[in-house]
Amino acid sequence: MRKKLKIKSAIAANRNTQFLAFVRKEFRHMFRDRKTLLILFGLPVVQILLFGFALTNEIKDSRIVICDYAKDEASRRIIERFAANNHFVVEESLKSHLQIEDAFQEGRIKLAVIFPANFLSDLHHLHQAQVQLIADASDPNTANILKGYATNILMDYQKELSMDSPLPYQIGSEMRMLYNPQLKGAVNFVPGVMSLILMLICVMMTSVSIVREKEYGTMEVLLVSPVNPLLLILSKAVPYLFLSLVNLTVIVVLSVTLLEVPVNGSLILLFLESTLFIITALSLGLLISNLVKTQQAAILFSLIGLMVPTILFTGFMFPIENMPVVLQWFANVIPSRWYYVIIKSVMIKGAGIQAVWKETVVLLLMTGFLLFISFRNFKTRLEA
Amino acid sequence: MGGNRMKNNDCQSSLIKCQSVSKSYGDVQALCEVSFQVEEGELYGLIGPDGAGKTTLFRILTTLMLPDSGSAEVAGLDSISDYRDIRNRIGYMPGKFSLYQDLSVEENLNFFATLFGTSLHENYDLIRDIYVQIEPFKTRRAGNLSGGMKQKLALCCALIHRPSVLFLDEPTTGVDAVSRREFWGMLKNLKREGITILVSTPYMDEATLCDRIALIQSGKILSIDTPRRIIDKYAGTLYAVKAENVGRWARDIRKKKDIKSCFAFGESLHVSFAQSTGTAPDHLRDWLLAKGYNDVEVKPVAPNIEDCFIQLMEDRGWRLEVGDRRLKTGD
Repeated sequence: MRKKLKIKSAIAANRNTQFLAFVRKEFRHMFRDRKTLLILFGLPVVQILLFGFALTNEIKDSRIVICDYAKDEASRRIIERFAANNHFVVEESLKSHLQIEDAFQEGRIKLAVIFPANFLSDLHHLHQAQVQLIADASDPNTANILKGYATNILMDYQKELSMDSPLPYQIGSEMRMLYNPQLKGAVNFVPGVMSLILMLICVMMTSVSIVREKEYGTMEVLLVSPVNPLLLILSKAVPYLFLSLVNLTVIVVLSVTLLEVPVNGSLILLFLESTLFIITALSLGLLISNLVKTQQAAILFSLIGLMVPTILFTGFMFPIENMPVVLQWFANVIPSRWYYVIIKSVMIKGAGIQAVWKETVVLLLMTGFLLFISFRNFKTRLEA
Repeated sequence: MGGNRMKNNDCQSSLIKCQSVSKSYGDVQALCEVSFQVEEGELYGLIGPDGAGKTTLFRILTTLMLPDSGSAEVAGLDSISDYRDIRNRIGYMPGKFSLYQDLSVEENLNFFATLFGTSLHENYDLIRDIYVQIEPFKTRRAGNLSGGMKQKLALCCALIHRPSVLFLDEPTTGVDAVSRREFWGMLKNLKREGITILVSTPYMDEATLCDRIALIQSGKILSIDTPRRIIDKYAGTLYAVKAENVGRWARDIRKKKDIKSCFAFGESLHVSFAQSTGTAPDHLRDWLLAKGYNDVEVKPVAPNIEDCFIQLMEDRGWRLEVGDRRLKTGD
């Protein structure tokens, strides 16, 4: 009995050293492939910088033209406000409204503001005056947003006027933008980039590194060895888990320092949830490696089969609530959709685990399912 | 259970036993009713051109693939039910270079040692002779080694756990002539250590270095015997024909009615006649001279394994055209 135990513990110890040896080997593979390593570390930085400074859905410095037939005090005051607003740049003042169409067609401007003659006197005597706003609705979202900005400017002026003679009835709406008072786009996309990067790196790198063993023929030798190949496969996950956590740290540091997106919730919870998501992605990569035979196929599968759905259905580009029901169902099987909700809650809203436990359970179930399927499908032989 | 198996092992000396193994990939039949046995301590050669089914047979014996029908035993263990135990006892060197190119010689060796739960030192005496040749390059990455060095490293990795049976699938393909000769020297030494070796090769000249060989083509075994006896079984007399301007003559000669077969072999042609009458060779010489060839020489020659292979194929009505011949002869 004792002897048996001894043998058992010896086997276990042996397995541990084996596992460590495998992990060491995977780290060597990773660090010796300098180009891939550069891409893996460079990708998140580039993405954060791109989304942070180049690709943004905030509208700044929209060019507008003004056609002022009134040329009175009121119109001048309003024009000053437009010029001072950082959403608008007054391109020129037109003499005639007939020039407006040309300006739109040349694509120089997004909005035109027209004051009719007698603007101030209408305002004084009729207590009512009209301003015409013409927007380029070939991009409907931008047109709508600009309309909103312009209306705000006009409202502000109106309020200022009515200070002296208050209107009989007035409903003032007081807006407060929770969690993101400055309406910064970064708040939306930082969690998005995190989901995208982690998903991409983990899925692609695990599947590629396993398939590489098949392609180079080393899998044949590994299978013929007494080692349980699953041990080897698990050891492949370790370096990528490590790499992903480093990447995650880089993203968080960049977004806090450069983009001024704070981590409002618990940093530990953020990392724990991210680790869970990384494991989900790793098991997805493992599943892919079971299905394909070449590294190229693995890359294609991960890029086209996963990156596109991840971008479309995570929710940081297009709100999932607005999608047709069928697409909403589809979005529910994308792991990053749940991770995105978790990260947004924890990082931006400062929520705790009680707010995101449902999403966490979904990710846990997904991971369990993926691992189960891929372990069951793992072939201890070469397929014919 | 285990004790029983060991007993079985003792009373039969066949370390590899293959019984009417068949395997198809879709419509292509890779192996058809293949049966052979390798005795303990034998250096056994599987000789056949590319696509003959050698690699498939290796994969079935190394438990990497399941046969469609038939059974295979290695070290007295069934290749299907006892595959885990088999994997503990065999060393396998696949045809493709299957080491980690980005790891150094030493790292590869250590990794494979750990894989088999042993260390480089434990069985060092077995691989010493081979390892000393690559030791000067132990920090070099495997991808930067020459073909011969890679092959030695792969052999070391396959031997590191002192397997009782060694499977070498085309170990000398793509390796220079000197390294090939050295490699066969190493196999002889391993045999002396008591390791049973099954080696496949498309090189006919390597066949004579084996204790016994099985000639295989299109998934079927043509003949099994010692190289000597296979050559002795060659029917009729073989002639070597020499003359200048090699390119055109084979086709011309094959058109003649009394020629059974004619293949280029090195600098000359190996010709066998349909009827071995004494006058046929003289006829051929006169015919060639009449055709305008100079310095024609026709004389009997001892057949080699390749000639036997061709004859065995022709007996079965299979023909290999000169152009698409895939058998390889050494240099």
